[in-house]
Amino acid sequence: MQLNVNGKTVEVDADPSMPLLWVLRELLGLTGTKYACGIGVCGACTVLIDGRAMRSCVVAVREAAGDIRTIEGLGGEMLHALQQAWIDRQVPQCGYCQSGMLMAAAALVAQNAGPSDAQIDAAITNICRCGTYQRVRDGIRIAVRSVRRTL
Amino acid sequence: MKRRSFLMTALGTGGALVVGWCFLPPRSRMGDRDTLPPRRDSVALNGWVRIERSGNVVLAMPRSEMGQGVHTALAMLLAEELDVPLGHVSLEQAPTDAIYGNVATLVGSLPFHPDQRNSAKVRASEWIVSKIGRELGLQITGGSSSVRDAWLPIRHAGAAARAMLIEAAARTWKVAPGECSVVEGVVRQVDGRRLEFGELVGKLREVPIPGEVTLKDPKRFALIGTPAPRLDVPDKVTGRARFGIDVRLPGMLYAAVLTCPTLGGTLRSFDGDAALAVPGVVRVSQLSSAAGSAPGVAVVANSWWRATQALDKVRVDWDPGPHAGLASAALISDMQRALEAEPGVTLYRRGKGEAALLDAINVFGAEYRAPYLAHATMEPMNCTAQFGGGRLRIWAPTQAPSIVRDVAARAAGIPADRVEVNVTLLGGGFGRRLEVDFVPQALWIARDVSPAPVQLIWSREEDMTRDFYRPAALARMRAGLDGQRMPFAWVTRTVSDAIVPQYLARTYPLLALDMPDRTTIEGLFDQSYEFAHRQCSHVTYRSAVPVGSWRSVGHSHNAFFTESFIDELAYEAKLDPYDFRRILLARHPRHRTLLEYAAVKAGWGRPPNGRAQGIAMHECFGTIVAQVAEVSVANGAIRVHRVVCAVDCGTVVNPDIIAQQMESGVVFGLTAALYGEITLKDGRVEQRNFPQYDMVRMANAPIVETYLLPNGGTPGGIGEPGTPPIAPAVANAVYRLTGKRLRSLPLRLQAQ
Repeated sequence: MQLNVNGKTVEVDADPSMPLLWVLRELLGLTGTKYACGIGVCGACTVLIDGRAMRSCVVAVREAAGDIRTIEGLGGEMLHALQQAWIDRQVPQCGYCQSGMLMAAAALVAQNAGPSDAQIDAAITNICRCGTYQRVRDGIRIAVRSVRRTL
Repeated sequence: MKRRSFLMTALGTGGALVVGWCFLPPRSRMGDRDTLPPRRDSVALNGWVRIERSGNVVLAMPRSEMGQGVHTALAMLLAEELDVPLGHVSLEQAPTDAIYGNVATLVGSLPFHPDQRNSAKVRASEWIVSKIGRELGLQITGGSSSVRDAWLPIRHAGAAARAMLIEAAARTWKVAPGECSVVEGVVRQVDGRRLEFGELVGKLREVPIPGEVTLKDPKRFALIGTPAPRLDVPDKVTGRARFGIDVRLPGMLYAAVLTCPTLGGTLRSFDGDAALAVPGVVRVSQLSSAAGSAPGVAVVANSWWRATQALDKVRVDWDPGPHAGLASAALISDMQRALEAEPGVTLYRRGKGEAALLDAINVFGAEYRAPYLAHATMEPMNCTAQFGGGRLRIWAPTQAPSIVRDVAARAAGIPADRVEVNVTLLGGGFGRRLEVDFVPQALWIARDVSPAPVQLIWSREEDMTRDFYRPAALARMRAGLDGQRMPFAWVTRTVSDAIVPQYLARTYPLLALDMPDRTTIEGLFDQSYEFAHRQCSHVTYRSAVPVGSWRSVGHSHNAFFTESFIDELAYEAKLDPYDFRRILLARHPRHRTLLEYAAVKAGWGRPPNGRAQGIAMHECFGTIVAQVAEVSVANGAIRVHRVVCAVDCGTVVNPDIIAQQMESGVVFGLTAALYGEITLKDGRVEQRNFPQYDMVRMANAPIVETYLLPNGGTPGGIGEPGTPPIAPAVANAVYRLTGKRLRSLPLRLQAQ
């Protein structure tokens, strides 16, 4: 079956019910997307499908029609403004959940160039066991400001 | 048992190890030029430093990065003494050698009160244990010890390397070394000539390791003390960072595991035929038990998802074993009985101890409780292994590569030098990855499919139900009050499982003596409040629940008991809890100053409308942390808005990493304070995934502010000390706000 991942069309030989997470990790070698709960509650496996944040551990690959974007394809040649903000604010600690955090944040800022605290709370429900939440919030704010400056 | 015999027992355990040490000459931890394996286009200057022809400086890294920033902090120590920009330092995993052993974590496990720091007896004991630790050479990352441990060895290695670079340049230019210096990673001579490090690789081979080196005066530190960006962050925002679960090897298979759901249960038989019929499945393996792992079955397939699907088709007949009836309520009432009936072992006594209560005008007492807790690292337990030609290769996110090697060699029945351990990044550790239970599992499976490498990944459910939990604990706290209702006697009796004997039994059974365990009373006996009489006793309760080290270990619950009870005593004395603590710290200016700093930064006594403040202070792992939590309550739900942390960790290596660790420690401790509880029913852990074991998330994470009070000297630990004070700080605020004293974790108010 064909998938559109990070701007490229790829052919995968997968069971249609295989979750997208494992297709990405095991068949396409894209290990940046992480497994942590397997039931779609922690957000470590978040990817974008047509711009929407989806938890890839509960999306069967047959349902993954559309433009799939993973952490490896978030920035393209350059870092995405969020990735740069994550570096500037030194957000990650262990880093395991950060791919999912960044993808969830990317979906948010793509739709809302000035999210309020409540909107950030509602959009970012990912679990970070290292407790980087306040820096994730700061990172989103820094990225939004930097994008505004460059416009 | 008296405290002295406690110490003697602790040292006696080491005694067996001392024998080996006595016959070895004392050595420094510098290592030699051949400590590091040879690599092309580079020269090793000692056991820690390699210079590459590219000019890059390589630090041999014996510690595991699990988010605490240790890779960056240790690289900063080297870069400082070597006068190179931090960006010139890259890392390679340290080989197996005793110079990399973690000495500080063993010294930190000695049962001393901080007030005894300068006594001759304590110094002698620490010296002996350092020597033991030096020879044991255990590569362990834990006990918030990495920077304390590396503080001198890595700086010595850096200073020696710097002297060798200067010597090599001086020989090249045929000038006196005194005319040369290192500035920003380049050797310069007074007349302006310069040599890049890489140009000196050939010459460096002829330069001997200097006999003596001089460390930089801390006043000249240019990097230490600055918020240098972490080395690991760029790869962690692009998905390039490789955790254990990301190891990819040619021909690698994946394994999913199911262990007996009942604690202490075993496997009677299984039928794997249906699983084997699933396409992609290559093997169904039976797993016995080792290093604390439970018996079970594993399915090996060409995909982990396939393996988990097939695992559902394995029909297993479990023998639930002797604990099939175990339930939390019965367990707690049994512990309660033990607390009431048994005097326990007195591990610490000062003055008249408990007898001083007889002199009290009033004895004030309260009982506290804390539950079992899971670590729930975001990256589930996993391990990749490959067997072939009598050799075993392991890739693991582990805090304890030395123990991985020893346990793997034993489980595989091969010599330790046939085992290669590759440490990956860790997706969280928190003490869970000091355990190596997943290693024998992985190597048994790898042996079954040899020579193919196999990656074992635990499901979240396996991870949560097969943890080594923070022990549940009950505490009876008592204080003797004088005529002014001020406490002068501090008497605690606690009951809990003991961690250290269990841990040793799992990893090094020969060392598993039934010895007193400091972790049972740490946080109760070792705080600086000035009571003339003190006694801390502990009843070891032996439940069927496996227990282990959970971020800050005994401090995690004992700080809740201590700092909540101190708060209660303040109200008994009709004093403000902050003023009360200052009075009890009259002869401890370092602690008092820190507490005052926290109070000033938090605006103690002036909370915003509708909120209350709670204060707590705790010392552990060489660092003191005072916290003020700002709390509100709505419909019975506790909400923490802001936490001010004042930190005294001696010398500050990287203030931003310290701030990160305070933020992290607070959220970790707050998750435990508000939600954390592992319960048992029918001998099984009831919580299986995050919906039953919830976490603080973005919407209820507080703002954490960190303020440092640098104090010089050896740096204190930083990965754990942020966690203990938060639960009591919040509970103390809840009392102030509602008049309800919550003495049981997690903190729960009935809906109003």
